[in-house]
Amino acid sequence: MVRYILWRIAAMVPTLFLISALVFTIIELPPGDYFESYVSELRAMGEEADLAEIELLKARYGFDQPMVVRYFHWVGGFFVGDFGYSFEYRLPVSEVVGDRLWLTILLSTVTIIFTWLLAFPIGIYSATHQYSWGDYGLTFVGLIGIAVPNFMLALVMMYFANIWFGTSIGGLMAREYLDQPVSWDKLMSIAEHMWIPVLIIGTAGTAGMVRRLRANLLDELQKQYVVTARAKGLHPLRILLKYPLRMALNFFISDIGSILPAIISGAEVTAIVLSLETTGPMLIKALQSQDMYLAGSFLMFLAFLTVLGVLVSDIALALLDPRIRLGGGSSK
Amino acid sequence: MTTPREPATQDHPPLEHSASTAPFDPYAADRLATDQGTAQATPGQIMWWRFRRHRLAFASGIFLCAIYASILICEVLAPYSLNRRNTDYIYAPPQAVHVIRDGQLVWPYTYGREMTLDMENLRRIYRDDTDDVQPLRFFCRGDPYEFWNLIPADLHLICPAKGGELFLLGTDRLGRDVLSRMIYGARISLTIGILGVSMSFALGIIIGGLAGYHGGTFDLLVQRVIEVLQSIPSIPLWMALAAIIPVTWSPILVFIGITVILGMLDWTGLARAVRSKLLALREEDYVLAAKLMGAGSGRIIRRHLIPGFMSHLIASATLTIPGMILGETALSFLGIGLRPPITSWGILLTEARSVNIIALYPWLMAPVIPVILVILAFNFLGDGLRDAADPYK
Repeated sequence: MVRYILWRIAAMVPTLFLISALVFTIIELPPGDYFESYVSELRAMGEEADLAEIELLKARYGFDQPMVVRYFHWVGGFFVGDFGYSFEYRLPVSEVVGDRLWLTILLSTVTIIFTWLLAFPIGIYSATHQYSWGDYGLTFVGLIGIAVPNFMLALVMMYFANIWFGTSIGGLMAREYLDQPVSWDKLMSIAEHMWIPVLIIGTAGTAGMVRRLRANLLDELQKQYVVTARAKGLHPLRILLKYPLRMALNFFISDIGSILPAIISGAEVTAIVLSLETTGPMLIKALQSQDMYLAGSFLMFLAFLTVLGVLVSDIALALLDPRIRLGGGSSK
Repeated sequence: MTTPREPATQDHPPLEHSASTAPFDPYAADRLATDQGTAQATPGQIMWWRFRRHRLAFASGIFLCAIYASILICEVLAPYSLNRRNTDYIYAPPQAVHVIRDGQLVWPYTYGREMTLDMENLRRIYRDDTDDVQPLRFFCRGDPYEFWNLIPADLHLICPAKGGELFLLGTDRLGRDVLSRMIYGARISLTIGILGVSMSFALGIIIGGLAGYHGGTFDLLVQRVIEVLQSIPSIPLWMALAAIIPVTWSPILVFIGITVILGMLDWTGLARAVRSKLLALREEDYVLAAKLMGAGSGRIIRRHLIPGFMSHLIASATLTIPGMILGETALSFLGIGLRPPITSWGILLTEARSVNIIALYPWLMAPVIPVILVILAFNFLGDGLRDAADPYK
C-alpha cells in the first residue's frame, strides 16, 4: 500500500510540471506585459510613471531574459514559497492571496461533502424506484440544476435572500471579520454566509452525480448475484445494503475526479458574481490586467487542487477496494 | 458488515415466486422478428426505432431542429431589428396579448401604454390605456433589415399596430425589445455550440484514433496531455485564454476566437472515448480479416473501425454541446467572452447583472429561459441517442 501511494505521488510530478508549463505559456501569450499597459494607462491620465522602479522590477523578474529562463525561475520559486510578484498590488503573490486559498479549499471541500450527502440518498432512491414519480421528479429537479447557469442562480438567490432573510449575502463573511485572525465568531460568520454559495455550486455537481450513481446502481442491481439473492428469498433492503451499495460506494469515491474540476469551475464563477473572498474575483481581475504571476499562481493552485483531489480519491479507493491493482503502471 | 445468515422468514416474509405453465416455444422470437420485418433491419433502422421509443429524446430532437431552423430566419421572426431603440419605452415591462374584449373573442390585441415618471423613486411607470386598443398584425411590414446581410427586406412574422409598440418581453435600458434580441441571440449562442463541437469532434477522432490505433510513444504522450488538460478546471482555463484575445480584435474575430478556445479544450473526453473503443475494436476478428486481405491502416480505421463507434461518439458529442453553450454564456456574462455588437444570450444576460436590476426589471432575465430549454433538450437528446446507439444491448 505504501508503495502504491508513493508511486501515485511520483506520477503526479510530471503532470504538475506539464501543467505549470502550460499555465506559463498561457499567461505569457498576450502581447505586451503588465508594465506596458500600466505605463500607457498612466500616460493616458496625464501622469508619468516611475520608470526607475519599473526598470528595477523588470530586471528583478527577468523580463529581459528569454521565456524559458523565466519559466524555470517561476517554477523554482514554488519550492521556497515564492510565487512571483503581483505588479498590481505591489506585493509578493503569497502575501496578496492571503486567506483566499484557504477559503477556496474550504468552500470546495464543503461543497463536495454537501454533494455527497445529497447525491447518495437521492441516487439510491432513484435507482431502487426506477421510473416512479419520485424518480422522474428528482431527475427533473437535477436536470434543472444542470441547465440553469450558476451565475443566474447566484443572482436570483441573492435577491431572494435579501427579501426573505433581509441579509446581504455577498461575501463569505461579515465585513468586520475581513483580514481578522481566525476566531470563533469569524468561523460562525463564515458558516452563516457559506450555505448559499455551497447550494449554488453544489446543484450541478449533485445532479451529475445522482445520474451516474443511478446508472451505476441500476447496472449492479441487474447482475446475477442480486437475482440469486432474491431467489433465495432475501429481503430487497438487505440485498441492496449488502452488495450493490458497497460497489456503488467505490464509484462514489472515484467520481470525485470528474466532479472536482466542475465544482472548482462553478466556484470561480459563483465567487465572481457573489464577490466571495476566494480566488475567483481576484483571478479574473488579474487576468484582465495581465498581472501574470498572480493569475498564473491562481491557475496553478486550482489545477493543483484538482490533481490533489484525484490523488486523495485514488488512495481512498485503493484502501477500500481490494481489487485495485497495487503494482502500479497503467492498466489497459 | 458480516451478519450470520438467518432464515429470511423471521422478520420479512419471503418474496413471491411465480412460473408460467405455458409450453415454451423456442422459435417464437424468430417468428416475431420476421413478422415485424426486424429480421432484415439494418443497424441504422434499429437505432432509429429505438430512438423513436424515447419520447422525450424524440421531442427534444424536434425542438432543437425547430430552434436551429429558426436561426436561419430570425430577421423575420423578430418583431424588431436587432438594434432598434425606442427611447420612449425604456425599461418597459412585458405587454400582455389579449384575445377577449367585452366578453367576445376578438383578433389578438394589446393596449397602448402611458408612461409617467415616479419622481420619488425615480422610476418609469407604464400604465395600460384600456381605451387604446392596438390589434396585432401578422406577416406585415416593419423594421427594414438585410436578410442574411444580403437582401433588403422588411417582412416580419408579427408586428405591432400602426403607430403602436409591441414588447412581449419588455425592453432594456436602451429601449430595445428583449424578445427580438433573444431571437437574434440564438444565432450566435447556438452556432457556438455546433462549431465548437465540430472542432472538438474532429480533434478527438484524429488524436484519439491515432493514439488508439498506433499506441506506443504517441499514445503515452497523448494520454499525458489529456490528463493535464482535464485536471485544469475548464472555466478558469477558458477565462485565461479568453483574456488573451486582444481588445483590438473585431467582434467577429472575438467570436471565432472564443469558439476555437471552447473547441480546443473540449476534445479530451472524445479522444479518450475513441482511443478506448479503438483499443477494444482492433482486436476483433473482422479487423484481422481485413488486414489479411491487405487493407492499409487508413482503410481499416475509416471503413471498419469508425463505423463501429460513430453512433456512440455522436451521442457523447451531443452531451458536450450544453457545456459549451453554458461556457460561452458564463464567459460573456463575466465580460471576457463575446462583445457587443455581437449578441448572444450571455451578452443579453449581462444586462441583468445586479440584484437591483433583477428586483426592478426581472424581465431582463428572460434570455435564461432559452438557455435552460436548449440545455435540457440537448441532455435528453444525448441520453436518447446514447441508448439508441447500442441497438443490440
